[in-house]
Amino acid sequence: MDILVTGTVLGGTYALIALGLTLQYGVARIMNLANGENLVLACFTTFWLFSTYAVSPLLGIAIIAPAAFALNWLIYRFAMRPLVERAKNRGQLEVDSILATFGLMFIFQGVMLLAFGGGYYTYNFLNTPVEILGANYGLNRLVTLAAAAIIALALWLFLYFTRYGTAIRAVAVDPVAAGLVAIDVPRASAFAFALGGAVTAAAGSMLSTFYTFNASMGVIFTMKALIIVIMGGVGDVRGAVLAALLLGIAETAVATLVDPGLTLAATYALFIIVLLFRPQGIFGRSPA
Amino acid sequence: MTALLSVHNARKVFGGLVAVNDVSFDVSRGELVGLIGPNGSGKTTMLNLITGALKPTSGTIMLDGTVLSSRPAHFIARQGVARTFQLVRVLPSLSAIENVVAGAVFGHARHWGADAYALAEDLLHRVGLGGRADAPIASMTYIDQKRLELARALASDPRLLLLDEWLAGLNPSELKIGISLIADLRDEGRTIVMVEHVMDAIRSLCDRCVVMSSGTKIADGNVTEVLTQKDVVAAYLGGEDA
Amino acid sequence: MNAFTARELRTAVIGAAALAAAALIPLADDGYYLSLAVNIALYAVLCTAWTLFSGPTHYISLATAAFFGIGTYTVGLGIDTLPFPLLLAIAAIAGGLIAGLVGVATLRLSGVYFVIFTLGLAELVRQIVTWLQTNFTNAVGLYVFTDFTEAHIFWMLLGLAALVYVTGWLINRSRLGFAMRIIGNDETVARHAGIDVARSKVILFMISGAFIGITGAVLAPRFAYVEPPSAFNPLISFQVVIMALLGGTSRLWAPLLGVIPFTILFDQVSAHFPNHTSLMIGIAFMAVVYVLPRGVTGLVEDLVRTRGSGRPATVAERAQP
Repeated sequence: MDILVTGTVLGGTYALIALGLTLQYGVARIMNLANGENLVLACFTTFWLFSTYAVSPLLGIAIIAPAAFALNWLIYRFAMRPLVERAKNRGQLEVDSILATFGLMFIFQGVMLLAFGGGYYTYNFLNTPVEILGANYGLNRLVTLAAAAIIALALWLFLYFTRYGTAIRAVAVDPVAAGLVAIDVPRASAFAFALGGAVTAAAGSMLSTFYTFNASMGVIFTMKALIIVIMGGVGDVRGAVLAALLLGIAETAVATLVDPGLTLAATYALFIIVLLFRPQGIFGRSPA
Repeated sequence: MTALLSVHNARKVFGGLVAVNDVSFDVSRGELVGLIGPNGSGKTTMLNLITGALKPTSGTIMLDGTVLSSRPAHFIARQGVARTFQLVRVLPSLSAIENVVAGAVFGHARHWGADAYALAEDLLHRVGLGGRADAPIASMTYIDQKRLELARALASDPRLLLLDEWLAGLNPSELKIGISLIADLRDEGRTIVMVEHVMDAIRSLCDRCVVMSSGTKIADGNVTEVLTQKDVVAAYLGGEDA
Repeated sequence: MNAFTARELRTAVIGAAALAAAALIPLADDGYYLSLAVNIALYAVLCTAWTLFSGPTHYISLATAAFFGIGTYTVGLGIDTLPFPLLLAIAAIAGGLIAGLVGVATLRLSGVYFVIFTLGLAELVRQIVTWLQTNFTNAVGLYVFTDFTEAHIFWMLLGLAALVYVTGWLINRSRLGFAMRIIGNDETVARHAGIDVARSKVILFMISGAFIGITGAVLAPRFAYVEPPSAFNPLISFQVVIMALLGGTSRLWAPLLGVIPFTILFDQVSAHFPNHTSLMIGIAFMAVVYVLPRGVTGLVEDLVRTRGSGRPATVAERAQP
């Protein structure tokens, strides 16, 4: 039971990062390997706002998510668009965007190391225990889970029940055809990339309330998010959420029952199973 | 004598679309069979099933007793099935002769080194590209690239040659050259299946043709007879398929 | 194509002369410059081995640190019981084997899956090694005491470099090398020409992994004390990618043009501005993507072509991944 709750909280955070990534990769076609740094940057900003100006992390999201949206819009506009335009095929765009976002990843990391150093950070927020079915959980974790659920739900409603959300899904399916039906593909791509960054940053704000973070941990989160995106099927909101919860629970189970040092092994075990048996994702249709 | 290629109830479904609907036909050794039908009738899908580019949903495809269906494309190529592509596919960073050697090294007949180069040189002559072994691919005209692709397919000495609209997009004089090239191949005893829209070519080259419409085989037999058949005419001139 | 061409002969002579000249370095200096030379030789071997696979396939492998660490660990575990040359062989086999497993799981699929899988591979192996050691042995670290000096390590690396170059040259002349060129142009054509595409990629990745494994083994005596975080340092993977791409991947010797300047620069930056190394790697990645998409070699080729023919160089012609 303990594993289920802790795992679900972790999975909820993973789900948001993965949703951010799936928007960026599924719609804008950019495999953003700097997404984890985006998350860590939000952790630090939340911490900084909280410790310097006593801004509650919940309020912090309202500042950080729009800021991340703007930052990622700029990144897409000035760093990624040129790559999209020069790419002769999807494969080349993939290689270029992977390399460029590696560059971003190191630059973000470098800047954060200079600003905050390499140490581990943590702070106290809503760290009061709440009893559920006989076990105690930090209130901050439960608030995180609730916030993750609200954000994921809002994203789903936006994508499936609004006009612009439908346009974005159309771009995800086929950018050329979407362009033919008068959807502004470059704009939709930029929007999806920026939105993905904002969702990930929101996840970072929440994560920082209960997780010890440091400047160089982004890459592990990126990797887990990527694995979740693949497990869930690229661009699939339901799949990403389910895969994230699965991964969160599997990791917590391994950490509790076997060894906390083997969480990545659990991630990889799931990843390998997916690669070998369902490379198109849990809900993905089998390839034609 | 048994057939060289035998397609039995081949079926391919994409999502809800049945692209090839339980199609069966045989091709004997030395035969040149035309595979025709309107656009979207499943001809290229059929070729892709034979060559292993796609796996059939059900059905069996055999080459001289060996089951090809559901085997990987490279296995099928090594069994002696060579193809050209509907949209010509040359290897741009290789020289012309290397493009042909590519067909000779890994396929049904395996050559290497000077041997492969000598063979490729011969084939370049054969398809009318003699003396252009080192020509840059990018500067080649469309028909020359098609010739190159044919030479690459022939380099493996295939038991079955599949031509996917090899004559499409050629101008009238090129078409004449192309048709006589295929006629030569037929006369030397190659087994060929050609997907084609150019009816003159089908009439002058093929002994037999198989007609597909909406994924189903609607006719199979002597070319002149088949082409006057009612449902074939209907399929082409706008029956339910258009 | 079976006999040596004059050009190949010339390259071989120049290469051998360069190696012989480099072999004299330890006689001139055994301090800072030798240590720098070891680093250059190290990355030259790693980057060339990386390029053997990633050059023709365009798959970006970040598995270098994993293979390297496995090689280092092989020596750490066996140095007291087995002769060193045997350990090198075991390291090669272990590196090749892990590469084979990774390859079989991912190389059938698109390049993205491969990158993601290799991204965390070093970390995964580190976790497993740490776990095994803490649960089944007493200590997490291992001591590697040998009589090897820095000069010995340098000479071994030079020998290894020669071996990698010869292997690369042999591959290029072989059916496998020809198959890779076709795959690099058009995988569909390759398949229909009878090439087992996935198998070719796995074999090449195994060769590359084996060399990286040996390199890790050769370097083990330099570390003296081997522990998981240092042996499986993921930064090595990124440095190898950046140096190889900086030099270029179209020729066997091209990565060298990235390795030499980058190693020297990195050495200077980490000595004087130790907090700026991440930033430097980040900027180097950006430079490779936006300024030098075909590396230094590509730039040189374009210049030569412009000078030689008097017409502008053609737009960067990057083969399709």
